[in-house]
Amino acid sequence: MDAAQAVLKISDMPFPAVDEQQGTVEGAGPAPRADNRDTVGEPFVEDPRMTCRDVNVYYGEKHAIRDVSIDIAHNEVLAMIGPSGCGKSTFLRCLNRMNDTVDTCRVSGRILLDGLDIYGRLVDVVPLRARVGMVFQKPNPFPKSIYDNIAYGPRIHGLAESRSELDGIVENSLKKAGLWQEVHDRLDQPGTGLSGGQQQRLCIARAIAVQPEVILMDEPCSALDPIATATVEDLIAELREQYTIVIVTHNMQQAARVSRRTAYFHLGALIEVGPTDRIFTNPRHRLTEDYITGRFG
Amino acid sequence: MSFLVVPCLLLLLASVAFVQGKRRALAVAAGERLHSRPWYHGMLVALWCLIPGLLIYLLWVFFADSILTRLVLQELPREMLARGAAQKTLLVNDLHNLVAGHVAARDIDPVLQQAADHYRALAATGRMFMAFLMLGTAVLSAALVYFRISPDLRSRNHVEQIIRVGLLLCSTVAVLTTIGIVLSVLFESIRFFRQVPLAEFLFGLKWSPQMAMRADQVASSGSFGAVPVLAGTFMISAIALAVAVPVGLMSAIYLSEYAAPGVRTWAKPAMEILAGVPTVVYGFFAALVVAPCIRDVGTMAGLDVSSESALAAGLVMGIMIIPFVSSLSDDVINAVPQSLRDGSYGLGATRSETIIHVVLPAALPGIVGGILLAASRAIGETMIVVMAAGLSARLTANPLEAVTTVTVQIVTLLVGDQEFDSPKTLAAFALGLLLFVVTLLLNVVALYVVRRYREEYE
Repeated sequence: MDAAQAVLKISDMPFPAVDEQQGTVEGAGPAPRADNRDTVGEPFVEDPRMTCRDVNVYYGEKHAIRDVSIDIAHNEVLAMIGPSGCGKSTFLRCLNRMNDTVDTCRVSGRILLDGLDIYGRLVDVVPLRARVGMVFQKPNPFPKSIYDNIAYGPRIHGLAESRSELDGIVENSLKKAGLWQEVHDRLDQPGTGLSGGQQQRLCIARAIAVQPEVILMDEPCSALDPIATATVEDLIAELREQYTIVIVTHNMQQAARVSRRTAYFHLGALIEVGPTDRIFTNPRHRLTEDYITGRFG
Repeated sequence: MSFLVVPCLLLLLASVAFVQGKRRALAVAAGERLHSRPWYHGMLVALWCLIPGLLIYLLWVFFADSILTRLVLQELPREMLARGAAQKTLLVNDLHNLVAGHVAARDIDPVLQQAADHYRALAATGRMFMAFLMLGTAVLSAALVYFRISPDLRSRNHVEQIIRVGLLLCSTVAVLTTIGIVLSVLFESIRFFRQVPLAEFLFGLKWSPQMAMRADQVASSGSFGAVPVLAGTFMISAIALAVAVPVGLMSAIYLSEYAAPGVRTWAKPAMEILAGVPTVVYGFFAALVVAPCIRDVGTMAGLDVSSESALAAGLVMGIMIIPFVSSLSDDVINAVPQSLRDGSYGLGATRSETIIHVVLPAALPGIVGGILLAASRAIGETMIVVMAAGLSARLTANPLEAVTTVTVQIVTLLVGDQEFDSPKTLAAFALGLLLFVVTLLLNVVALYVVRRYREEYE
C-alpha cells in the first residue's frame, strides 16, 4: 500500500476506543501497520513537567486532535513534526490555553503542568501563560521600543519593584536571547525596526522575561533565512539548560538538530514518540518512516 | 435639429469607426501576427473619431455665445453702447432674453429686436457649420488612423496612453473643484478685508454685524471681531468631542474585542444609523427636548441656564458624531494583526491589558484620524447649532449660556435679501474662509499624526 492510499484509509476509518495501555508499546516488536492509530514509541517519562492524557480538540464540527497522550520531561526539547494540518500547532496551543481565544474551539482530556490540571475550573490563564510562554511562527514584536517589548511582561506581572530592577530583567533577557550585543545601544528604537531574525530573538527574549518554566515555539524559524535560523537554533540549545521547550517545526533537519525527543503527528493523531536519533534512524511506524523519508508531507 | 443630435451622431460614428477599425485590423493581419489585438485597433480609430469631434463641440459650447454677442453688438448703433459698462451689461441681458424668447418686462427697442433676430440667424448658421465641421473632422481623423492600421501599429500603447490621460482628467476634477471653491471664497473675502482690517477680524472681541444701510438709519456701526464666534464653535465642538470620543471609542472596543460576532453584525449597522439621521432632526431634538431638559435640571440645581445653550447643542452634536469615531476606530482596531494580540496573551496579559497596551497603541493613528474627522464634522456642522445654540455672539466659557458659531453666523448673514457689497454680507465669506482654514489645519494635523505613527506595525 503506498502512502496516498494509507492516508485515505486512515481518514475513512472509525476510531478505536482508547485504553490505558495505548501508546505504551515498548520493545522491538514487528513494525505496526500503517493503519494502526495507537501511539508507538515512548510517549511517557518519569517525573514529567507536563502530562497530557486523551486530549481531543474540536474546531466547531472539525475534530482536530484525536486522543493524544504524551508527557513532556523537565529541561528537554521536544520537537513536534508532521505534515501540514496534522494538528501539531493546535496541540501546542492547548498547552498554554491559547486556543481559548478561538471561539469555536473545544478541548477535552487532561493536561497537567506539575500535577495541576491547566483546564481545571479554578485555573486562571494569566499565571498559566506566564509559566508556559509562547513564541510564534511570524515574529510579532509590539509596536513599541525594544525596551518596552521586553518590559511588557514583567510590568503586567509586577515582576520588577523598581526601574533598575526592570532594567536588569531587560538586559538579562536580551543577553539570554543573544541579542544584547546587537541592540544594547538602541533600546529605545522600535522593535519592528529590527531584522526578521532579530525580531524573533526579541520575541524569545520577551517570553523569557516573564521567567516561564516551559517555552512553546510554533515554527519559530519558518519566516527566517538560514543564518537567522542557525542563530535561533543555537539559542534553543542554550535555553534548554534552564527551560523545557516544545517546538513545532516543518524542518526535519531542525528537529534533528535541536531536540532530544521527537513526536510525529498525522491527521490529528500522535503516531510515534521517541528519542530524536532513534526516530530519524529507526522509525517504528510506517507513517513516520514515510514522512521522514520524504514519501509524503 | 436639436443640439444634442450632433453629439449622438458623433457617438454613432465612433461605434462605426470601432467596428470598421477592428475589421480592417483582422483584414491586414492576414496570417501575420498583429502587434495589438484587433480590439485595440478598433478602439484607436473610435477614439480618434470621438476626441477631435468632441473638442470642436466643446469649443463651440464655451465660446459661441461670446463671439455671437460681440458680432451682434458691433452692429448696434454706437450711442447705445456708449452709455457705460453697467448699461452695456443690461443691454446684453435684454438681448439674451429676447433670443431665448423670454417675455420682456418693458418695451423693446426695435433695434434690439432686430439684433436679436440677427443673433438667432447667426447662431443657426453657426450651429450648422459647426456640426459639419465636427463630423467632417471626426471622419477625416478616423480615416487617417484607419488607413494607417498595419500589423506593426502600436495601437495598444496609444489607446492606453489616451485612457491614462482620461483617468488623469477625472482625478483632477475633484482637485479643481476644491481650488474653485477656495478661490471664490477667497475673492469675496479679499473684498471684505478691504473694508474691515484683517487684524480686527481675527482679534476683535466684538461681533455685531448689523450696519446702517442708509446714512440716516439708526443702527450700530458694525464690528467684525471673529473671536467670540470662533470661541463658540470651539466650545460646542469641544463638548461634542467630549461626548463622542469616549463613547465612540469604548463602543468600538466593545464591538471589536468583546462582542460576540452575532451582536456585532447588528450592533454596528445600528450605530451607523445615527450617522444617517438628518441633522435637522437632530436640530429639533436638541432645541425641543435636550435644551429644555438641561434648563429644568439646571433650574432645580439652582443654576441659571438659558433655554438655548452651548451644552444642549454640543451634547446632541456629540451623539451625532459618535458613529464617525466608533466606526472608524472599530475598523482600525480590527486591522491590528491578531498575531500582536496572541503575542500579548502568550505572555499572560489579560484582555484589557492587551487592549490598553498593545491594541490601542497600534491602532492609535487610525483612531486619531477618526477623531479629527469627527472634529472637522463638528466644526462645520450647521443645522443643530442654528436651532439649538442661539445667535448672540457672547464671549463666554460658561456652557450653560447661549453662544453662536461660525456656521450659524454665515447662515444668518446670507439668509434673506442681501446687498453683496456691504461688509455685513461679505463677512460671511470671510467666516467661511476662516472655517475652511481651521478644518484644513485639522486635516493637516491628522495626516501628520497618521503618517508619523503609521509604519510601526506591519
